[in-house]
Amino acid sequence: MTDLIWLVPALPLAGAVALLLAGKPLRRIAGGLASLLVGASFVVSVLVLIDLLGVGAEERTVAVKIFDWISVGSFEAPVELRVDPLSMVMALTVTGVGFLIHVYSIDYMHGDPRYSRYFAYLNLFVAAMLTLVLANNLVLLYVGWEGVGLCSYLLIAFWFERRAAADAGKKAFIVTRIGDTAMLIGIFLAFSTTGSVRFDEVFGAAGGLASGTATAIALLLFAGAVGKSAQLPLHVWLPDAMEGPTPVSALIHAATMVTAGVYLVVRAHAIFEASEVALGVVAVVGIVTAVYAGLSAIGQDDLKRVLAYSTISQLGYMFLAAGVGAYAVAIFHLVAHAFFKALLFLSAGSVMHATDGVIDVTRLGGLRRRMPVTAASFAVGGLALAGIPLLVGFFSKDQILAAAYEAGRTGLWITGLVAAFITAIYITRAYLLTFEGEPRSELHPHESPALMSVPMAVLGVGAVLGGLLGASAQTGRVQRFLGPVVGEPEAHAAAGALSEVGLSVIASAVAVGGIALAWALYGSGRVDWQALRARFGGARRALSRGFYVDDAYGALLVTPGKAAASFSASVLDTRVVDGAVNGIGRAFVRLAGVGRRLQTGLVRTYALAFLLGAAALVLVLVVRT
Amino acid sequence: MSSFPWLTVTVFLPLAGAVVLLALTPLPRRRPEAGGYGADDPWRWVAFLVSSATFVVSLGILTEFRAEPGFQLVEEAGWVGPLNIRYVLGLDGISLFMVLLTTFLMPLAILASWRVERQVPYFMASLLALETAMLGAFVALDLLLFFVFFEGLLFPMYLVIGIWGSGRRVYAAVKFFLFTMAGSALLLVAILFLAFRSETALGGMTFDLRQLVGMDLPATTARWLFLAFFVAFAVKVPLFPLHTWLPDAHTEAPTAGSVILAGVLLKLGAYGLIRFNLTLFPDASEDFRGLVTTLAVIGIVYGAVVALIQTDIKRLVAYSSVSHLGFVVLGIFAGTLQGMSGGVIQMVNHGLSTGALFLIVGMLYDRTHTRDLARLGGLARRTPVLAGVFLVVALSSLGLPGLNGFVGELLILLGTFDASRLPAVIAATGVVLSAIYLLWAYQRSMHGDLPAELESTPDLSGREYAYMVPILVAIVAIGVFPKPLLDRIEPAADRHVRLIAVEPSSADVVRAAGGD
Repeated sequence: MTDLIWLVPALPLAGAVALLLAGKPLRRIAGGLASLLVGASFVVSVLVLIDLLGVGAEERTVAVKIFDWISVGSFEAPVELRVDPLSMVMALTVTGVGFLIHVYSIDYMHGDPRYSRYFAYLNLFVAAMLTLVLANNLVLLYVGWEGVGLCSYLLIAFWFERRAAADAGKKAFIVTRIGDTAMLIGIFLAFSTTGSVRFDEVFGAAGGLASGTATAIALLLFAGAVGKSAQLPLHVWLPDAMEGPTPVSALIHAATMVTAGVYLVVRAHAIFEASEVALGVVAVVGIVTAVYAGLSAIGQDDLKRVLAYSTISQLGYMFLAAGVGAYAVAIFHLVAHAFFKALLFLSAGSVMHATDGVIDVTRLGGLRRRMPVTAASFAVGGLALAGIPLLVGFFSKDQILAAAYEAGRTGLWITGLVAAFITAIYITRAYLLTFEGEPRSELHPHESPALMSVPMAVLGVGAVLGGLLGASAQTGRVQRFLGPVVGEPEAHAAAGALSEVGLSVIASAVAVGGIALAWALYGSGRVDWQALRARFGGARRALSRGFYVDDAYGALLVTPGKAAASFSASVLDTRVVDGAVNGIGRAFVRLAGVGRRLQTGLVRTYALAFLLGAAALVLVLVVRT
Repeated sequence: MSSFPWLTVTVFLPLAGAVVLLALTPLPRRRPEAGGYGADDPWRWVAFLVSSATFVVSLGILTEFRAEPGFQLVEEAGWVGPLNIRYVLGLDGISLFMVLLTTFLMPLAILASWRVERQVPYFMASLLALETAMLGAFVALDLLLFFVFFEGLLFPMYLVIGIWGSGRRVYAAVKFFLFTMAGSALLLVAILFLAFRSETALGGMTFDLRQLVGMDLPATTARWLFLAFFVAFAVKVPLFPLHTWLPDAHTEAPTAGSVILAGVLLKLGAYGLIRFNLTLFPDASEDFRGLVTTLAVIGIVYGAVVALIQTDIKRLVAYSSVSHLGFVVLGIFAGTLQGMSGGVIQMVNHGLSTGALFLIVGMLYDRTHTRDLARLGGLARRTPVLAGVFLVVALSSLGLPGLNGFVGELLILLGTFDASRLPAVIAATGVVLSAIYLLWAYQRSMHGDLPAELESTPDLSGREYAYMVPILVAIVAIGVFPKPLLDRIEPAADRHVRLIAVEPSSADVVRAAGGD
């Protein structure tokens, strides 16, 4: 089966091509066809996984070359896929969650005039994402990397008649491309110093690199990760990306694409480890982003934007894990997050479906009675996100905090606890304002149809039972499976005074504390939260605008940039450069005496030049003979 | 080896067609009363068939071609005996794809000109004459023969812009003409100087590139000659700051003119730099590498920045050309195999994607009668196919992996980085900027509200499909499987890069060290 790995990205790619070229005739079956192909991809991935589990742990890395792609001199970038535990965990997550979200979309997007186009893009996204995670060299990874960026652009701007959607799509593409370009330079540096772009060669040579070189490569690659995974300071595109259809937010902007950066760091960990500072940068960027985005999430009134900032924050958590060397835990949290965050987004989509697009939590309330399945789904997702014991998020988050603690990074651990506290607050607030209390506006919500509810239920089961796959950082199935790729998980001799159980208790207490505080404010009825909003208006606005980072970019970069471009175009190019060249030209024309009537004079100039040339030739002839 | 004169036939077939067209001019027009020419008049068909036939013949060249470094399919004959100016044609992996690009784009440009109604026979004859001149310049191995072709294309291009252009067409045409003429004058002097020199240095006067290559020149002389050639070609490329004729020429030229100008003519500048500057003056090329690289990098950033602010979509595309051609020159002078190969394949890619962008601008103009982005908008809803085509071409132009532009951009930047890092890093900002201006242009024309007057805009016609589909296929094919091109380019690129190769890259050092 392993040789058939190419089918995994090829099936959804075929779907995308078919739906793009024959969208109209295939319109009625577009959703089914697209779902089926992603489902088939999932099945192939499972079969490959079974093959992989059948061999010894050390033989679980297979390279499958498809064809030569770009090859010049010593530079070779083939289309070559890599089957190993890490790529398969990613492929299974992408195809599994991807399949559920495809199915959900069949009803969600029903009746949209560009229904076929939607599924074409969604299939194309899955194909690109699979290319990204299955690539066996940096350049092919970059192909997937930019490919998912394209699909993100297309799907955010899917309802392009709306200015906001079109703007958001473009912004996502451009902001992430800044990171991508840094990453591309990182790839050049890797090639220039190791002579290859293949993973085995590059990462194998990492240990022999000068520390400065390794740092440069690692940080350049990380810049790509920061863009794609919406970390500070390139996070500004993700909240705006919520303009896209909600299933898109679930798949691309929560479960899969945005986690590509985490995957990259884990995949390239050999380079990060060869540098003295790179991993530290990863951890710090991660934790700062986690806290920053968590605080911003508290200030959002748009349910999807709460989830967007939550995603940024959780991605920060994953980078924290990678930054302290707990790669398997980072990937486990990635998978766990894919489940519960997709669930939260699909629940939010279900709300939008029921309220005709109303998603402002200050206008919602009391939806639980009308939409029990959706409310329950959101609650399960939210509890998993908050890290309530025995749900999947509890295990993964607990392991991250424990890893930070055991690595002796007490500061990171404490800040991580703060982030966990904030997480519990914002998600509880979002749940209570949406589903509990009295309705705050005249809406007639209804529960969503089965094709939407069933995927939510499946994800809900995953969010509840997922912990079984990775209950322990040392012995969890996922973590052990990943071991050969990312290094065996080591049982740290507890660096501090606290035992693992103690750490778990503290983490759980923090989560419960956050939920309790949010309940006291928004659910108990004893506090008038609307009065609080008015009283702390300045702080609330700062939170809701993400501490004005985006506004600062607008004022400091975009506006001056436009002015500079404008100056270049209207003054520099037309007056200075062109003026100078025209001036010289005019002088010549005057010399030739045809300045007055340029139109007719031109032909004369040419004739003159021609004659001069001919004369020169004749002269040569005369001289020679 | 076949004795069939592939190159001569390819080069002169279009000219023969032009003569036939002019001979057919007296044929009755279908709509003489309107002063125009109808779509079923014979002249466009003749032009289209002749240029298509030329493309078919050029495919014969492709089948004869071997992936070897030297010149192939060489044809020689005497011409101007006393001066030993000879008729020498031949091509290598670099000129091969320039020839194919030319013969591929010309029939499509003619198809795109179906609506031209004024003086159709003369217009088509001009285009065909232009094709002969361009093809000749790409395969001439005698310097004077090259010069004749190089100059010969000026006149038909001047007519195409000046007669069939729009707005300030005469200003644009004159500007184009004067800029190029200024460069040509220097070129002619330098060529003559070389030929004179060869009389003593090689024991007999010659204009043959293959013989002149071996001639020893004092360093200072070589530098002056390099500059003379360089200015002539830099105007054509165009390299900053000699680019200002380009936006005007492009903006006012008719669609076919813009396509040919961007698709092929600009390549002649880059081609000349490889074929003549590097080959004849390798030492001087190394001396001036810093200067050329600097100008290329400035052009990349500057062209992109100026493109950012354009509201005339045609000017925007024109400035994007300045930026993209900067990449080509950067690669050519990188001194690495990847850079050179990337530069050559990027010449092809730019011809395809920018040619296609101008075709799209033409389609937009045909429908909306404006090039002002502020007056466009929302067309994706009315014309989804046009929008999709525009998007694919824009993505190709901004270097999205999987499409052709990425292959060239990657190799150029990688090859440059391997030799000298700073220029590559600065040039890479062009990758971000191109995304900004292209997506902006796309959004302004295709997204948002549809102005009321565009409510009934039609989507692609059959003829428009006919000229866009081949380009789209090429864009995807080269992006996914560039090997057939790269394999043929590499030997010739290697031969040229050896002339100016930088010291083994750090990667080679590591590789060698790893070998112990």
